[in-house]
Amino acid sequence: MNPAEVEHRLGHILPTVQKPGRYTGGELNQVVKEWAAIPTRVALAFPDIYDLGMSNLGLAILYDILNQQADVLAERAYLPWNDMETAMRQAGLPLYALESKHPIADFDILGISLPYESLYTNALNLLDLAGIPLHSAERTVEHPLVIAGGHAAHNPEPMSAFIDAFVIGEGEDVILDIVRCYQDWKAQNKSKETLLAALAQIWGVYVPSLYQPHYHEDGTISHMETLTEASSVLKRIVPKLPPPLTRFIVPFIDVTHNRVPIEIMRGCTRGCRFCQAGMITRPVRERPVEEILEAIECALAHTGYEEVGLLSLSSSDYGPVLDLVRGVSERFRGRHLNVSLPSLRIESFSAELMESLKETSRRRGFTLAPEAATEHMRQIINKPVTTEQLLETAGEIFSRGWHTLKLYFMIGHPAETLEDVQAIADLCKAVLKEGRRVIGKRTRVNAGVSTFVPKPHTPFQWVPVDTLDQIEAKQKLLKRELRGPGLKLNWNTPQETLLEAWLSRGDRRIGEVILRAWQLGAKFDAWQEHFRYDLWLQAFEDSGLNPAFYTHRERPIDETFPWDHIDIGVKKEYLIEDYLWSLEGRTRIDCRERCFACGILPKFADLRRKNPGNSWSCPEVRSPQRSDMRISESA
Amino acid sequence: METTVYRYRLTFYKEESIRFTGHLDIHRAWERTFRRAGLPLAYRHGFNPRPRINIGSALPLGYTSCSEQMDFWLEEEMDTEAIARALNQAQAPGLPISEVMRIETKQPALQTQIQTAAYRVHIDDPPPIDEMQSAVETLMRASSLPRERRGKSYDLRPLIKKLQVKQSTDEIWLEMTLSASEGASGRPGEVLRAMGIDPTYARIQRTKLILTSV
Repeated sequence: MNPAEVEHRLGHILPTVQKPGRYTGGELNQVVKEWAAIPTRVALAFPDIYDLGMSNLGLAILYDILNQQADVLAERAYLPWNDMETAMRQAGLPLYALESKHPIADFDILGISLPYESLYTNALNLLDLAGIPLHSAERTVEHPLVIAGGHAAHNPEPMSAFIDAFVIGEGEDVILDIVRCYQDWKAQNKSKETLLAALAQIWGVYVPSLYQPHYHEDGTISHMETLTEASSVLKRIVPKLPPPLTRFIVPFIDVTHNRVPIEIMRGCTRGCRFCQAGMITRPVRERPVEEILEAIECALAHTGYEEVGLLSLSSSDYGPVLDLVRGVSERFRGRHLNVSLPSLRIESFSAELMESLKETSRRRGFTLAPEAATEHMRQIINKPVTTEQLLETAGEIFSRGWHTLKLYFMIGHPAETLEDVQAIADLCKAVLKEGRRVIGKRTRVNAGVSTFVPKPHTPFQWVPVDTLDQIEAKQKLLKRELRGPGLKLNWNTPQETLLEAWLSRGDRRIGEVILRAWQLGAKFDAWQEHFRYDLWLQAFEDSGLNPAFYTHRERPIDETFPWDHIDIGVKKEYLIEDYLWSLEGRTRIDCRERCFACGILPKFADLRRKNPGNSWSCPEVRSPQRSDMRISESA
Repeated sequence: METTVYRYRLTFYKEESIRFTGHLDIHRAWERTFRRAGLPLAYRHGFNPRPRINIGSALPLGYTSCSEQMDFWLEEEMDTEAIARALNQAQAPGLPISEVMRIETKQPALQTQIQTAAYRVHIDDPPPIDEMQSAVETLMRASSLPRERRGKSYDLRPLIKKLQVKQSTDEIWLEMTLSASEGASGRPGEVLRAMGIDPTYARIQRTKLILTSV
């Protein structure tokens, strides 16, 4: 189908659907290149609706990088909402790219973002709507090469049947390596296997068809057979963060985040044991203050946004955070700009930081994430904050003019008891009391309590998830305790937690379950009104797999995991040690104060050597270069 | 604290490419255009200061227009051509500016000045022209056209000021002028329905907003 035909059919469909602005493209700063003049065409897709996908920073960065290449064009695609999907299927309209309205199937490469697991059925739906065979094995050189990346891709196995090649790690550099590799292959007119083999040579690219898992009788992995010389795939990193993106596409319609996102730092030095992001985004790299201020200025001129989000996993840990905050408030005072600085630590300094931003920030609410309410639990998860610290910080926040404090907790941490859960309620009430003492009855405490899901590549990758009954009992307690004036509780349904848990630590066989669930009608699993737990249970049954195997089993310390051949730089021995430490309640301090040898530094010693100083938070490497450790930057 | 502000009125198009962007979204797009253009837009004071922009009449989703009107207030007096240039340069695609003029700050609100609006309506696969003609005549001859909207009944007939079928060598279209004053606003879709035409696939363009003279 050609773009004119797509446009024509759209003309008939769009007046009949909700929020048609999702499906038109044409926004400020979109890049439209002349299709016929560009040899390599990449579609970047987010497997959920436009409103969410447009807020994804990773895809925006890749879009910019690709479109800067004279011989490459990148366009966007998102999943249509149900009404639009029905209309498209009825009209025989395939998924198309917003810029040129070319069908996705006409592109050379389709890149799918997989930041979280509950998008997996959507990714299948996306391929189906595009008219592309779901299984990698069924796709030929006539189909687009389907690649995927994002945090969830650090365990690529569940989606491995559907994706030709995964990017493990950071996309900024590797995306061009992939495109160049594709171009070389295309010029030679060779088989798809040749392309996949060539892609597998690129640092950070995982081609699942070159690996074959073998299982023990009990369903665990005996070993991963490799059909290539590499036994593992090392994640890609950029040695130095490039200057931030400033030319963002500005949606006309209201989307999830209407703001300029500026990543101030990547990685986190805290080492919370539940946190996958904290493990997989090491080493910590910071952007210089001046670069950030310039980027804000430039992005505002390009977008006209009224809000800037300064993003990182732990903004208080950004070295020159005070300079940044002062710089922002001096430079942007009086410009009707709202600056947000999320992910602040629990210390009174955080309230001071926000106070410095008060000229440029609306006091919506202040968020802190104690994650657990007893000191014992916080030692287990390695988030050693004391209750006094929390109450003092809360008091400071209330006294500086905030009325609403959001507190994030998780239930289901290892070794958690009902007393630990009760402590969450008690702590929220103590914070409420502190607020009332300081500012009176206006105080609001909103508790967001999610359920912990153990993630691959973390020190908790061995631990079982709470059962449905356990989760329900804990939530029942919280719902009973956390009510009354000034208190509010938000929680995740236990069923959605279990879905995330099955998929997070799933193996290759889970792919069948995902496919079956999608065939049964599962999609938009991250949307509560759409999530169908029953379909997933049915899919497990149809596939002959036991869901509890993936969730409620305490995994032996020497078990081979489906993702063990994915090397995130942090050694498994380190994760084991940290897991054992957690069982003893031993904590680790911030790794900037003392390096715990997680494995990142020897792995990337050469890159660190070439990027000395403050841009990395790891210690300097002074030893001479060892050739066997070398990672070529240009791969 | 009051500061002197300067009031301007601009006319802009809403083109085909963004006809599915709603009124509130257009409003926000304008705010961002002013920010990108670096023009000293005045803000309403208060807890949550809002930029002083005032779009005269909300255009229904799916319509295009070549004569939308909007008032805005600047903190500095500026040359209208310089304003138009700056805005056009910073503007999002699909909302070009045709004219900017300086107006009396004391004028009543734009909404209260709008009397009628003219529309041009194209229909895919239109009925034969004589059928359309007779539908128009029937409608215009009627003394009242009782309709219901959001549970309230109203008379559509007095809201129709003009309704004509036009024809060129290769197309047929309707031209209508409807009341657009506050509280008595005629909707082209309703007129089409009254003529027995499904408005879903009609292409409707607002061609003019007619204001009372001040």
